[in-house]
Amino acid sequence: MLTVTSVSRSFGDKQVLDGVSFEVRPGRMTGFLGANGSGKTTTMRIVLGVLAAHGGTVEWHGSPVTGAVRQRFGYMPEERGLYPKMGVAEQIGWLGRLHGLDQATAKRNTERLLDQLELGHRAKDKLEELSLGNQQRAQVAAALVHDPVMLILDEPFSGLDPIAVETVLGVLRERAADGVPVLFSSHQLSVVERLCDDVVIISGGKIAVSGARDELRAQYRPARFELVVASDAGWVRDVPGVRVVDVDGPRAVFELDGDAGADQVVLQAALRRGTVRSFTPVVPTLGEIFMEAI
Amino acid sequence: MNGVTQHGTRGFAAATRLVAEREIKTFLRAKGFWIGLGVIVVGLFAMSILPGVLGGGQTKVVTVGAQAAEVLAGTDLEVRAVADVPAAEALVRSEEVEAAVVPDTTGESSTGVRVIALADPPTDVVAALRTAPPVDLLDPAEVGQGPRQIVIMVFAMVFLLFGMGGTAIAQSTVTEKQTRIVEILVSTIPVRALLAGKIVGHSLLTIGQILVIAVVAPIALRLGGHSELLALVAPALGWFVPFLVLGFVLLAAMWAVAGSLVSRQEDLGSSMGLVMLLVMGPYFGVMFFSDNAVVLTVLSYLPFSSAIAMPVRLFAGQASAWEPLVALGLLAGTVVLIVLLAGRVYSGSLLHTGGKLALAKAWAREA
Repeated sequence: MLTVTSVSRSFGDKQVLDGVSFEVRPGRMTGFLGANGSGKTTTMRIVLGVLAAHGGTVEWHGSPVTGAVRQRFGYMPEERGLYPKMGVAEQIGWLGRLHGLDQATAKRNTERLLDQLELGHRAKDKLEELSLGNQQRAQVAAALVHDPVMLILDEPFSGLDPIAVETVLGVLRERAADGVPVLFSSHQLSVVERLCDDVVIISGGKIAVSGARDELRAQYRPARFELVVASDAGWVRDVPGVRVVDVDGPRAVFELDGDAGADQVVLQAALRRGTVRSFTPVVPTLGEIFMEAI
Repeated sequence: MNGVTQHGTRGFAAATRLVAEREIKTFLRAKGFWIGLGVIVVGLFAMSILPGVLGGGQTKVVTVGAQAAEVLAGTDLEVRAVADVPAAEALVRSEEVEAAVVPDTTGESSTGVRVIALADPPTDVVAALRTAPPVDLLDPAEVGQGPRQIVIMVFAMVFLLFGMGGTAIAQSTVTEKQTRIVEILVSTIPVRALLAGKIVGHSLLTIGQILVIAVVAPIALRLGGHSELLALVAPALGWFVPFLVLGFVLLAAMWAVAGSLVSRQEDLGSSMGLVMLLVMGPYFGVMFFSDNAVVLTVLSYLPFSSAIAMPVRLFAGQASAWEPLVALGLLAGTVVLIVLLAGRVYSGSLLHTGGKLALAKAWAREA
């Protein structure tokens, strides 16, 4: 488990991170959300020791992260880059060795990964000869080759076509299933919504919200329901224990105002009045949580 | 396997070795590297063989009369006698011979002969005819001016060649910055290991090239019939090699810093100026002041120029036995100092993007 506690950092007079704390739990995909310039990349660079923190700690299983521990992390920086004139398999193997693998293991892992990422047939080509999408896959391989104990990926899906997203996602899920904590940043809410188990939302250098995605959705606001009847639904306003969010002809959206059973009261009232076309709990999207959190 | 288990941790030395290995492999695969080395080897052969072939050996001269034949006896000119002056003139006009030596009828000549040539006075013929008084040297120099100049030129050229070869380090550093792979590298291994790996890798490449030249040069010189030159330069080489290797490490660290200060290949020119000066300075300094004993002595102690100047002074017998040791010590000390400083500046500037970073800013910058 990776624990970030009260990390702060400024560049010159500008405070970029202010008391950032969150956890990345083993076996879980943690989505790191934030607008441009909110501090996602800076946080990731501090975790990886590329930047120094001005305050706070980064701990791995309860002890401070050292260079030796970091060498076993896998990192995909936001600004992609590998050696353009070096062969794909050769440089991924080399990076594996740099991360501590012996030559044979590095070679074996490289071959397996490239096949998994459907890049095996380009293994001998120079990186610069690959399309941008394939270069991106090579970048994923570079982050995974040494079987990292922790994965940190900055915008891993940007620049990938939908098929490549699924391929890369499959590889990442497999790692998470093996118990590796995965932290990935994204500004594509729909992607994060679908993929992550945990969410950390950063805004203006501070953590706005963090926790398990489903709990967040449930906790974030009172339970909300949508009712569609055959006639006008204006009467819902008068049901006690209910706060109406929106009424539009036969459709009403309401929240429970403290009273846990009020949704059933509304449903029974609706049935007594006539036809009920639909009655659905409304789960907030991550986007809604995000927009309200920042 | 070198203390690395299947999932071990790379120490500083192992990381340095891996970086060096990649630099060497990349270079051995680059066409430019082989072209450069090829040019040096071909140049060596050309310089030692071509003058003999193109020069056509001895100068040809014709003589008219017994006196002319007599004064030219014992010179290394190819002499042939013809019957009269018009015949000799004809041979000169047709450029079959360089000059004709004929009897002097005006009485102006002390040797009793005149020289006929086509457009320019034939210096080697005139020199052969000149009678110089005998000279007694009271304190002869151990080595003549000629050989000393040749040694200076050879050493200065080799230094320049390898000093400029260090630009490859700057380019490699910029490539890593420009492609942003540097972020993966510094999150994996210590920045100083990255710097050390580059210096070690390129130093080994340079030593390899020196070895190739050391093998090829004697062959070329022997083929060109200059074995005596080889015998001349050989004793100076023993000192030149350690000086050159240390000098290269010093420059390599500076090239790496020059590369780290900019983030695009296009900007490299702006940061390489100082290092370029440190390579060219010693080259020109030693070439220009080779006759000034005081300046040459100073140059032979200054790091950078000591790599050329001290071996030259040793060759000319102008330096005592302890002097190269002191100069080498100074050079080694400077190497350690500069490599440490370079490590800090390199760390400070490696993640900088945008325009050129000032040296002082890179120094003060934290990661």
